[in-house]
Amino acid sequence: MLAYEPETSLKHTPLHALHMASGGKMVPFAGYDLPVQYAAGVLREHLHTREAAGLFDVSHMGQIALRAKSGKVEDAALALERLVPQDILGVPAGRQRYAQFTNGAGGILDDLMVANFGSHLYLVVNAACKTEDEAHLRANLSDACMIEPLADRALIALQGPKAESVLAKFCADAPAMRFMDAGPRRVDGIDCFVSRSGYTGEDGFEISVPAEHAEALAKALLGSGDVLPIGLGARDSLRLEAGLCLHGHDIDATTTPIEGALEWSIQKSRRHGGARAGGFPGADRILLQLENGAPRRRVGLKPEGRAPVREGAPLFADAASSEQIGAVTSGGFGPSINAPVAMGYLPASHAASGGLVFTELRGQRLPLRVSPMPFVPKPYKR
Amino acid sequence: MTTLFTPDHEWLRIEGDVATIGVTDYAQSQLGDVVFVELPKVGRSLKKSEVAAVVESVKAASDVYAPISGEVLEVNDALSADPALINADAAGKAWFFKIKISDKSELDGLMGEAGYKAHTA
Repeated sequence: MLAYEPETSLKHTPLHALHMASGGKMVPFAGYDLPVQYAAGVLREHLHTREAAGLFDVSHMGQIALRAKSGKVEDAALALERLVPQDILGVPAGRQRYAQFTNGAGGILDDLMVANFGSHLYLVVNAACKTEDEAHLRANLSDACMIEPLADRALIALQGPKAESVLAKFCADAPAMRFMDAGPRRVDGIDCFVSRSGYTGEDGFEISVPAEHAEALAKALLGSGDVLPIGLGARDSLRLEAGLCLHGHDIDATTTPIEGALEWSIQKSRRHGGARAGGFPGADRILLQLENGAPRRRVGLKPEGRAPVREGAPLFADAASSEQIGAVTSGGFGPSINAPVAMGYLPASHAASGGLVFTELRGQRLPLRVSPMPFVPKPYKR
Repeated sequence: MTTLFTPDHEWLRIEGDVATIGVTDYAQSQLGDVVFVELPKVGRSLKKSEVAAVVESVKAASDVYAPISGEVLEVNDALSADPALINADAAGKAWFFKIKISDKSELDGLMGEAGYKAHTA
């Protein structure tokens, strides 16, 4: 319960002054001073996002333009395929796709969104990894691509069932967008990049806006009446209920995409027998696991009872065993399902849904049910 | 009836040799939305400063320490059923447990209301 002391070394997003003026409770996160919550609190912010709409400042994330030196977006796509197990060449103009940067052991250096803007690729990467990601791109793709960090842009996520009607007031093109459409759009007269995606499990949009227009746009969206500002606390509980991974916790450089239960994100063209099979770091291990299964898997976990089970909690096969078989990587309370939720890793032998595993909490064994994810339905507009 | 406070943001209402214990409004405001409470068992003998209860908010788990030694006489079952009561009425309906004070001298180091106000200022 320490009082918050501002750290002068922390970076500010273009919306920092607005957070302060809106009563944001600021915390250090990935080198930035960001709101963990506002006056409404995590619970109400979470529920409001699922019932109406929430506005999130995700400007700390890295935005990067990847341009082929040849001028052809296909060449940028082929170059990027050297670093990710995804089919990037097959992403049509105006669409985006979820991807991972892998290492030689098949581990996940970072996860990212890749959009095809027609002339070039647009990447959104995690804040904590963005410096390393940029260096990784430069080290490996400089022969074919120009790597341009878009540091002068803010990123605003508008999420929830009312996101479409709110954004439609400022961007007539928004309602026609489908889930994972992405590209340049005018929003309130400003040249932005808009994608229909997010990190909450709700329908919604992410809007990349030039820094100098960010505050005015955020105020306009917040002024519509249906939108509350949402902090990092609810962002975490929303994505956890949606079963979405947090890099550095649920996936990292030691977990492969297969162990992380992300095999759905690896298209046929990059698998054995595909047109461009392999050719990314760790392909041997990842493609072998894809065919034979991984020794461990990320699973959803529903603690029985009311007590939240948090990151790091050990997992055991039964109520008495002293041998730890896995661990919780994210856990907390899910306000929408009104129960604790978690995810973690278990050996393949224990990863099937419906099984029971145990953790130890304050000296007592507590059962958790292995459960399918997401924990809440995803009303994406496909 | 006297109300005393600990530096760890608990309050004690003293009536004879019984103390009713809860967390302060300041504590609940720092905790955020409370979603789970674990209370001690009736009959348990608590030693001063040991963990007596656990409060889980949407953000984190926090221990509630026994501010004084004594036997647990009664716990507030309404809290287990509705943990959000702590956010709604920390200083009143959301009391945690009552203990039989075993050593009144342990009350000497605790703060009065003015002292606690200064502590949280």
